Amino acid sequence: MSDVADRVKKIVIEHLGVDESKVADNASFIDDLGADSLDTVELVMAFEEEFGCEIPDDAAEKILTIQNAIDYISANS
Amino acid sequence: MFDLSGKRALVTGASGGIGGAIARGLYAQGADVALSGTRADALEALAAELGSRAHVTPARLGEDGAAEQLIQDATAAMGGVDILINNAGLTRDTLAMRMKDEDWDMVLNVNLKSAFQLSRACLKGMMKARFGRIISITSIVGVTGNAGQANYAASKAGLIGMSKSLAQEVASRGITVNCVAPGFIATPMTEALNDQQKAGILASIPSGAMGTPDDIGAAVVYLASDQANYVTGQTLHVNGGMAMI
Repeated sequence: MSDVADRVKKIVIEHLGVDESKVADNASFIDDLGADSLDTVELVMAFEEEFGCEIPDDAAEKILTIQNAIDYISANS
Repeated sequence: MFDLSGKRALVTGASGGIGGAIARGLYAQGADVALSGTRADALEALAAELGSRAHVTPARLGEDGAAEQLIQDATAAMGGVDILINNAGLTRDTLAMRMKDEDWDMVLNVNLKSAFQLSRACLKGMMKARFGRIISITSIVGVTGNAGQANYAASKAGLIGMSKSLAQEVASRGITVNCVAPGFIATPMTEALNDQQKAGILASIPSGAMGTPDDIGAAVVYLASDQANYVTGQTLHVNGGMAMI
């Protein structure tokens, strides 16, 4: 679980270029971390690659925060 | 200038006059080229003429799943698609009052919908690479209209609107999306016109001549190049001055 969280946060930090201190579990990609809609698509692509899973569009739309991503990946990979 | 070495281009409609010239132009600048079309023998002949960086990936665009399959085939052949040329197109000309739904659907499906499907399927790889070129071959009639071509003109105008929208979506990722709009280009199709028809057309072209497929190939090469990285959402008209838009 913590492993998934660490890897998710690492991807977010690298992709959005945000400071580690801002990457709280409940942080919203768009509202708190300055992502635009294209960034959220790219983050999902990066998660898919990192965790070797496929995230369907309807699930991807619901991944809005760090915690959403951790929960989905933990449950599906 | 316009060095495309190491770039991988997919050209649809490559068995036609304009598509073949585009493929030759891209190949001459060093790109790997996947040639798509419905006639495998014509594509094989073109690939043999070009050389080892040319690949043949036939497809029947407009049929379910064909566009996605083509991107898979081109990716398998070249390792990816950096440059997509949406050139495949067909006509079903008739006056609107006689135009059947099938005429409309077929032209819109092949000319416009498949171009969207191909673009969508390429974007993921282009976004990752932070580089991409999507160039759609539209037509002067997409801007000016043409009696007897309501379906064709709608499909070509649609490509322009689609390209402008895609351009806005992905500009921040190093991907440009543009159109090239040919006017009258000398191809087997225009060869079938009689002298009177040709004279009528030429009278409307300030340069006094029809264009060649290579004129279109050169425009595509420019838009595909690194030198055109600040050009996106545009339509480059190549028509001898026939329409100045």
